Amino acid sequence: MAEQTNSKKLGEPIIQLENVNKWYGDFHVLKDINLEVRQGEIVVVAGPSGSGKSTMIRCINRLEEYQEGSIRVKGIEVNNDVKNLRAIRSNVAMVFQHFNLFPHLTILENLTLAPVWVYKTPKKEAIETAMHYLEKVNIADQANKYPNQLSGGQQQRVAIARALCKSPDIMLFDEPTSALDPEMIGEVLDVMMKLADEGKTMITVTHEMGFARKVADRVIFMDAGQIIEENDPETFFHHPESERLQLFLKQILNH
Amino acid sequence: MAVYPPKPAKEPPLTERGPIAWVRHNLLSSPYNITFTILGLAILYWTIPPFVKWAFLDANFAGHTKADCTGNGACWVFVKEKLNMFLFGFYPQDQLWRPKTVIATVLALGAFAKFVPGLHRFKLLLIAIFPIFAFMMLHGGSFGLSLVETSKWGGLLLTLVIASVGIVLSFPLGILLALGRQSKLPIIKSLSVFYIEFVRGVPLITVLFMASVVLPLFFPEGVNFNKLARALIGITLFEAAYVAENIRSGFQAIPKGQYEAADALGLGYWQKMALVILPQAIKVTIPNLVGTFISLFKDTSLVMIIGLFDLLAMVNVTSNDRDWLGMDTEGYVFVAFIFWIFTFSMSMYSKRLEKKLNTDKGK
Repeated sequence: MAEQTNSKKLGEPIIQLENVNKWYGDFHVLKDINLEVRQGEIVVVAGPSGSGKSTMIRCINRLEEYQEGSIRVKGIEVNNDVKNLRAIRSNVAMVFQHFNLFPHLTILENLTLAPVWVYKTPKKEAIETAMHYLEKVNIADQANKYPNQLSGGQQQRVAIARALCKSPDIMLFDEPTSALDPEMIGEVLDVMMKLADEGKTMITVTHEMGFARKVADRVIFMDAGQIIEENDPETFFHHPESERLQLFLKQILNH
Repeated sequence: MAVYPPKPAKEPPLTERGPIAWVRHNLLSSPYNITFTILGLAILYWTIPPFVKWAFLDANFAGHTKADCTGNGACWVFVKEKLNMFLFGFYPQDQLWRPKTVIATVLALGAFAKFVPGLHRFKLLLIAIFPIFAFMMLHGGSFGLSLVETSKWGGLLLTLVIASVGIVLSFPLGILLALGRQSKLPIIKSLSVFYIEFVRGVPLITVLFMASVVLPLFFPEGVNFNKLARALIGITLFEAAYVAENIRSGFQAIPKGQYEAADALGLGYWQKMALVILPQAIKVTIPNLVGTFISLFKDTSLVMIIGLFDLLAMVNVTSNDRDWLGMDTEGYVFVAFIFWIFTFSMSMYSKRLEKKLNTDKGK
């Protein structure tokens, strides 16, 4: 498995973070973050809570602002420029810990909302695309239900389908399985692995180390707002270099 | 170790279901509860039969003059004879078909909207055209209709005009104010906050007085701004502040994740608000909003003090008629009943709307 992922051909750098610094008031959340992700690469970000993992990926689609450094997505600077923001958000999709589906819309309407209103896709075409992705996450039969009628795992799969609808190059996953019942984690991870196989660029913040081992090209360990260590999964899990990561792995894996 | 087969569900014991269980749980569950049940029944016994006796059993329905009211009960002949006054105020008798047509149109459109599905597409158009049509009909002065000054409008007609215009206009204005209050732009935000807090700090009577007495001072000499229009402006501006606060409370019930999901999908500010946030915020505020609209409906009776004759004011007018002195009780009961019909329908409608919009139907 490890050789297979290592032999995968990666494209050009598609996300570039250079010396990114961010503060919440006086609190320094991100410290000199440097990260380059290539087209088709699967990056898993791990680390204790409060280490800045989510904040970092939320800076990439500007749900959070940063104060210093630069972030570029496909060469476009992530800043307040409305045009840039639009280009970036059409290319970067996000899946949230709490799904954040729109409860007043049906599953299908959740999926077609952005294509129809933001990207002006004809409604019929938007519905076809939506159904295609719903089938992909095995949930097409629920298209006319409302989010609260579905289980957590189903909702998260819908959220993934919604994120896919504008066919983004990059998918950001922000702890996609942390709010799920143990029995439902598997079905969501299955869908994510399917995407990984198809060559989407993915950055995933997760505590699912099994997922990281199986599909990641690179695993990043963050603590206290810094990237402490990054390595291929094999080295990351079996020969961690930093003491902090050794301690972390000992605590999460030895049970 | 052992394995246990799954068990089928059983019915609850007999003492826990059926009407006897209901009475025991809800009326007689504790000494306090028993006391309140008895007290409640006593109050009903003391109030309901005398009222029924007065309003129905001993009441007079037939006849045309005060002399026909011979019994001890209510004299509904008065209401019957003055019905047109209660409903339309001083609207000319021979022109009454005009307000009646407007009301019939409203009812017809309501019925059509329910049974003709295609009508939905013209909803906005109708909302835009109907007020113009209603104004043309009621006010006249064109299309061969004689002019009926707004000062002649009165009774239920005036109440409905003020309430519906107030509701329809204060709603969008309130939404804008609520958005303004949420705004990140400090000037828009502080203007909205100032406006809302100022208006909520003054009584409606003050606003109406200002609209009718102070406002004309700012107009050049000779410009006579319609009294009804001034009242409408006053009430709309007043209610908008309350609507804004209601909607703001709705905004607070929306999780941050909804904004983030909309942002991440690429929705712009107005799209995010109109398609994602407002529909949910308004849904959670429906009970409060309808409460506000119900008080607006009842507050319309305050226009009496600036010389407009709404439904409530008509009680004074009609019972001061020399032929019908001393009929205020019947008048007030009748008017209260009409107010109740409207406010109760509004609250029923809100319940139905809540149910219809409820998407948390369980699994």
